[in-house]
Amino acid sequence: MHRSSEVKHVASYLNTRGCECFGQPCESHCPVLTDRTIHVQLKTFIKIRVKPDRTGVVTDGVKHSMNPFCEIAVEEAIKLKEKKLVKEVVAVSCGPQQVQETIRTALAMGADRGIHVEVSGKDYETLGPLQVSKIFAALAKKEQADLIILGKQAIDDDCNQTGQMIAALLDWPQGTFASEMTLEADKMKVVREVDGGLETIKIKLPAVVTADLRLNTPRYATLPNIMKAKKKKIANVKPADLGVDVCSRLEVLKVDEPPQRQAGVKVETVDDLVGKLKEAGRV
Amino acid sequence: MTLRLWHRQSLMTTQLAELPELHQMMRQTCRDYAQKELAPIAAQLDKDHKFPAKQVKELGAMGVMAVEVPESLGGAGMDYLAYCLAVEELSRGCASTGVIVSVNNSLYLGPILKFGTEEQKKQWITPFTTGERVGCFALSEPGNGSDAGAASTLAQQEGDEWVLSGTKAWITNCWDASATVVFATTDKSLKHKGISAFLVPMPHPGLSLGKKEDKLGIRASSTANIILEDCRIPLGNMLGERGMGFNIAMQTLDSGRLGIAAQALGIAQAALDCSADYAHKRTAFGAPIGKLQAIQFKLADMALAIESARLLTWRAAMLRDAKKPFTKEAAMAKLAASEAATFVSHQAIQVLGGMGYVTDMPAERHYRDARITEIYEGTSEIQRLVIANNILKEYQQ
Repeated sequence: MHRSSEVKHVASYLNTRGCECFGQPCESHCPVLTDRTIHVQLKTFIKIRVKPDRTGVVTDGVKHSMNPFCEIAVEEAIKLKEKKLVKEVVAVSCGPQQVQETIRTALAMGADRGIHVEVSGKDYETLGPLQVSKIFAALAKKEQADLIILGKQAIDDDCNQTGQMIAALLDWPQGTFASEMTLEADKMKVVREVDGGLETIKIKLPAVVTADLRLNTPRYATLPNIMKAKKKKIANVKPADLGVDVCSRLEVLKVDEPPQRQAGVKVETVDDLVGKLKEAGRV
Repeated sequence: MTLRLWHRQSLMTTQLAELPELHQMMRQTCRDYAQKELAPIAAQLDKDHKFPAKQVKELGAMGVMAVEVPESLGGAGMDYLAYCLAVEELSRGCASTGVIVSVNNSLYLGPILKFGTEEQKKQWITPFTTGERVGCFALSEPGNGSDAGAASTLAQQEGDEWVLSGTKAWITNCWDASATVVFATTDKSLKHKGISAFLVPMPHPGLSLGKKEDKLGIRASSTANIILEDCRIPLGNMLGERGMGFNIAMQTLDSGRLGIAAQALGIAQAALDCSADYAHKRTAFGAPIGKLQAIQFKLADMALAIESARLLTWRAAMLRDAKKPFTKEAAMAKLAASEAATFVSHQAIQVLGGMGYVTDMPAERHYRDARITEIYEGTSEIQRLVIANNILKEYQQ
């Protein structure tokens, strides 16, 4: 195992936006499931309701939890620390007071300290990847992080942008959709899951890596670690302190439920089928 | 089905309870584990009568197999309230796993922690904190359950050894255990004052196991007789002082009772989860059956029974943690929780109707699992006697 004295901090960004599936990977977001998740009863989702003004979904009273891909990111960071390849793991989350709970979960998994970037109210509703990546880039400079690991995407908005944007803002290399990461001297070897298969790249640190499903299986917090987490520090920071403007450049015009699935039509013969398809203008 | 209810439940319960943050986090971890790792396999474990060895090891790694044991001995170093929360959440996923955890914590590690010498603690506690090994508790005999003072298993001193002989019955975990706390009498004429406690490794020459009982419920945990024939152990294997056995047993059961109360709560909660979910989905007379008052009254009574028993359990655990007397409260908690479990699981089948009677739904398993909670670790009748005795003492003329 190579000991690197250069890699000081691994900052792990946690997405704690409300998600449809209460923190569980669900069939519509993660079509490829690990053996473990397949057994979870996924048949019933929480009923998501669109707000009456159609600007978003109802998040009041909905339990928020750590984004599953971010859980995998935290796990990887802690693994690196256990291998003594990194010195410190810092868990970061942006949002209102409730995100502290999520940061504590990361601390209970083994992160050393947390940073809570306070964003609440209207700002939180419109918080998106661009603002988050700016916050993160500023923090990375402040903390002198050597490695940033985050989930590849949040399962509520599926943006898949934050990691990439952070790398661009910092002008750092990026290894996205990682299913494997190995530190080799001052380079990170990342195996990426891409449509064509697996791509292996080597990126120089400092770098950004985004975690995909098969990177690891996150651990359950142990009781002793939960006790230790209580003593770990969570620092409070505001976006303004980092010189970041969280004003959104996007305006959500409307949010609608997916159209109701229509009943199908049974046909007797192939000719009937072709006829019906032609009628519907599909062929 | 369970996913939605578990999360909504956690939202409601954290609003109602003033549990400290530490306990809330710990409860959530156990809930997550039970939901993801236990609930999906519980039905199969029950069908196969299979000991969940992998899950027990994982729970050991989490510290759940030795919640109260100090960290210096390999445990989690948490309090009894945390332990009760853990057992409830795990039992909600799988009642058998709940009892396996409870027996190891309360009935095996409990007395050794309280009455063992430093040497005994190192030898008999530390290896049993990791989930690699579990222990059991051998008090009941074919001839006496509630009548624990009438133990007829003998312990005779021969030189530098104790020789144990007799039969113990209904021992939970025994087919999967690596050690047991056995109660035997060194002098029958002294009646309950002649009973002492002994530590016996398993397997061991002179110790054999009876056939695994084919039980109605909690089938993934093994239950059988332990037969002792010329079973020899070093003198140093006596736990506590000679003649202290009955006391050790009673004190251990006081605490163990809370573990079972927690297990009963978990089973009851799972049955309520199942019923409430069904009430939303099943339609009859043109609407979900949850709209019918008959069902609503049932759900209300079920929730009330569980919540009352839960608060009694928490209170007893907190009294114990504060080192205050808690015998009466523990008996009340176990009585309330076990009767709640049988009541709620019975009503759950009623709510589910025909579906409650088949193995496609977990209601029938909860019904079968619940029944034992009114029997073991002190029957409901014994609990009533304990409570009555305490009440009468309080009102002593």
